[in-house]
Amino acid sequence: MHGRPRKASKPEEEAASAAKAVKLRSLQSQFMKNHHDKIYTEEAIELSTKLLEINPEAYTAWNYRKLAVEDCLSRIDSDPNLVNSIFDEELRVVESALRQNFKSYGAWHHRKWVLSKGHSSIAHELKLLDKFQRLDSRNFHAWNYRRFVVELTKRSEQDELQYTDDMINNNFSNYSAWHNRSVLLSSLLAQNADGFMPNERIPDEYDLVHSAIFTDPDDQSGWFYHLWLLDQTLNVETPLLTSSWPSHGSTIILSGAGCLNGSSSKFTTFCSESGSFPLILYFDQAVGGVSSSTVTIDSELKGNEDLVWEPISYKNSQVSCVWVTHLKYVSTDLCEYKVKIRVGNSPGIVSSRGHNFRAPYEFVFTAHVHDTVKDSQEGIVSWTDGFDIWDAKSKDLNSLITLDQLQAEIDFKWRQEAIDSEVECFGILSDSKIGKLTLARLLMAREAMVSDDAVKGVRYEEILQLYNDLMALDSSHYQYYKDEHSVAFLHKMTSSSESLSRHLFRYRGMNNLVCLRLNNLSLSRIASVEKLLFVQMLDLSHNELHSTEGLEAMQLLSCLNLSHNRIRSFSALDSLRHVKQLKVLDVSHNHIGKHSVDTTRYLCSSPLSNSEWSQDDVGRQNPGLVTKYWDAYFVLRDLNLKQLDIAGNEISGNEFSSFVLQVVPKLVWLDGQKLGN
Amino acid sequence: MSSTSSSQMGQLVADKHVRYILMAEKKKESFESVVMDHLRMNGAYWGLTTLDLLDKLGCVSEDEVVSWLMTCQHESGGFAGNTGHDPHILYTLSAVQILALFDKINILDIGKVSSYVAKLQNEDGSFSGDMWGEIDTRFSYIAICCLSILKCLDKINVKKAVRYIVSCKNLDGGFGCTPGAESHAGQIFCCVGALAITGSLHHVDKDLLGWWLCERQLKGGGLNGRPEKLPDVCYSWWVLSSLIMIDRVHWIDKAKLVKFILDCQDLENGGISDRPDDAVDIFHTYFGVAGLSLLEYPGVKVIDPAYALPVDVVNRIMFTK
Repeated sequence: MHGRPRKASKPEEEAASAAKAVKLRSLQSQFMKNHHDKIYTEEAIELSTKLLEINPEAYTAWNYRKLAVEDCLSRIDSDPNLVNSIFDEELRVVESALRQNFKSYGAWHHRKWVLSKGHSSIAHELKLLDKFQRLDSRNFHAWNYRRFVVELTKRSEQDELQYTDDMINNNFSNYSAWHNRSVLLSSLLAQNADGFMPNERIPDEYDLVHSAIFTDPDDQSGWFYHLWLLDQTLNVETPLLTSSWPSHGSTIILSGAGCLNGSSSKFTTFCSESGSFPLILYFDQAVGGVSSSTVTIDSELKGNEDLVWEPISYKNSQVSCVWVTHLKYVSTDLCEYKVKIRVGNSPGIVSSRGHNFRAPYEFVFTAHVHDTVKDSQEGIVSWTDGFDIWDAKSKDLNSLITLDQLQAEIDFKWRQEAIDSEVECFGILSDSKIGKLTLARLLMAREAMVSDDAVKGVRYEEILQLYNDLMALDSSHYQYYKDEHSVAFLHKMTSSSESLSRHLFRYRGMNNLVCLRLNNLSLSRIASVEKLLFVQMLDLSHNELHSTEGLEAMQLLSCLNLSHNRIRSFSALDSLRHVKQLKVLDVSHNHIGKHSVDTTRYLCSSPLSNSEWSQDDVGRQNPGLVTKYWDAYFVLRDLNLKQLDIAGNEISGNEFSSFVLQVVPKLVWLDGQKLGN
Repeated sequence: MSSTSSSQMGQLVADKHVRYILMAEKKKESFESVVMDHLRMNGAYWGLTTLDLLDKLGCVSEDEVVSWLMTCQHESGGFAGNTGHDPHILYTLSAVQILALFDKINILDIGKVSSYVAKLQNEDGSFSGDMWGEIDTRFSYIAICCLSILKCLDKINVKKAVRYIVSCKNLDGGFGCTPGAESHAGQIFCCVGALAITGSLHHVDKDLLGWWLCERQLKGGGLNGRPEKLPDVCYSWWVLSSLIMIDRVHWIDKAKLVKFILDCQDLENGGISDRPDDAVDIFHTYFGVAGLSLLEYPGVKVIDPAYALPVDVVNRIMFTK
């Protein structure tokens, strides 16, 4: 099926082929008869041998042989010599079949089946494997079989690691060997085995993989191993709290529905009809176990015992980087409350890799319950008029941006040294694709490790330039580098209060709500959300976004502008189902309905991914439309929108609009028109 | 080197492929056909799905196909690759998929087929291919896909099945056939597809895997299945559908891939091969057309990246309560 040249067959070739076919057909029918009649004579078994020699993929023949073996074993008196000879024959047939096709699943499995009956010498098996490795060092069947044999014989991981050393030294261009090495090494490192301390071992591995990358920068064999080493260097196992809202030392102003009289308050205001405000915890990796016993809240706000914490993640997941609960307040209790949060008060917060959140971390904020003004504004939200620059003082924003939890790891030094050393090494490869890409990743990693604000942000220009170079150098992967560029750009923008404040405004139309304006920035990807948890109004219009992946953490978001982007489907907005505050959404002038392929079809909770769903009246009355507009149906019915803009999409039209009105009955504004009753 | 003009090179010769498939179906006595006798059920699925994608499913006799298909069912409920062969999970999925194309799933004793599949789940959540116990994440995908189409997913322990698949996740973000096995695009498709169908894609590091997958695209525009291997049209499916399911398909050059697939066509006799100027077969014809479908090539129906069936077939099944 693979690698055969295309050529018209000559008549004599066709005749020969036809003759072979007749012979094989006859062999097959004879075999089938034996199989169905359960005939296991020497002659019958020999027939199956002949069949498998011609066609090792005839799986039924391998099944037959197993039945034949079992039949023979049941009839002889467990004479070890007889038993051995039976198994030896099976192994011989397998070897001959593998010579025909060394990728035959059936053959390899038959060998495992024989071996699991306790037969054959390990030395012989390893010798056989060496033979196959020499024929094709990338044969994954052989590597899998090697793992099988190693498991059976309990060969040590250190010995197997040495084997990968030999394979790599023989030829560095052996991805399979590097892969195996990563499996063995990560196991040994996790066990803290003798001679396998990360701070000593990882730098050695960098040296080893350099030989692969620097000898031929276009050979991918070492690239992914190097990326794994980087991950081992950067990622501290212990989960840490990256940011929170409210943040440490901040003051928030709470009021009831109707909100405050618009004074240009310097603090974050939060209006709630439900008399509660969110408390958001953002960890550096996915964790589980956040609950009212592992996170304690010390405050005079009444009614907040036994809070329910929710992970902001896909339906089936119990872990997430982002956890939310809601603290109640009484809007008539006009007072200032100090709230103390203790994360990790008792053990229980565990990362998905099994590491505990060790140190209890405490932070404090002030909640100021204010008087409510009666007249609430229910006007349409405009994205163009009514914005004032937020004259934010540096110290206001500092408390809003991330709390850089001190890296308490004692072995932090070797990590920083390793990164610095790699940056120096890869400077040499600066003309190649892998050189530029690795350098960009290393510089990004270094920025993340630096906590001194003065030093931060200095090398972002270099990182952005590297990604620009890559977009030109490797145009096939243009969009990959574009996405990375957007991420770096957003990291840069949120790295200092000065750069962030240039994008912050206050919207008069909604009582000076904090608005972050990131429009017209060619952004193809959202990032740095952990630093933007305070955002209530977000303008991402006129960019290149095709999904809202990442926005689920913005629990305070009530207004979102995504007009003039590249959203192709409502399924791409699935993350917004977690943003319960969202009232205003503009997805006008996107690509919804333009493309037949939906790239977020399975990243959206729906019946396609076997999500439970209850059928409502809309579903019962319009099953055809629900199937046609399934993504709009499942996403919009989970949002509590008051204002929606969908014009300028190919899906727009009377049929779709009237369907939307059925799915979102509480909608007040659609495409700028107030909906009458 | 074919002597066709450059303007013809950039076109899908759909009619020729349809004819190729219909001819292959009839040529049962060539050596190539006899040697593949045992996987005729797979071949039928590849051929029929391709026909449906080109809107030509009506060219075959539904009754003939279905009556042959049912002769492949074993008393255990599982299906064999062809009449007389032993049942296996591989052919059971193909049989169910073929019936889905014809909207004839109702002719099955669904309880019997689903029990055959469900019984193949092991203690650790993995799936065996048949009673002889070969374990592979391909079989995890097959079981999950098959039972989902039959609306019987609750017959297996989905949590354990997902846990086993996740245990096959590698440090490069990809997946292998068993724990510790090297990442391979075919296995990645199976694992990502199974996770997609069970709403478990949060277990995938989309950026890490996305980069590994997009680096399968070589300078000529074709995709390989793992690092330092040759490009092959079948990876236009395995890699592409995986990228689509994790929303990272924009990381490859789609136009270049379209050109590669079209260059693998036999413009005279129809059919698509693994690489330009190689021999064609049904397997690569299906994957080439399915790949073009995912690349939104005009004249090809949209295929679902997880179930590997036309979207209209999947929507019909999954959105009916």
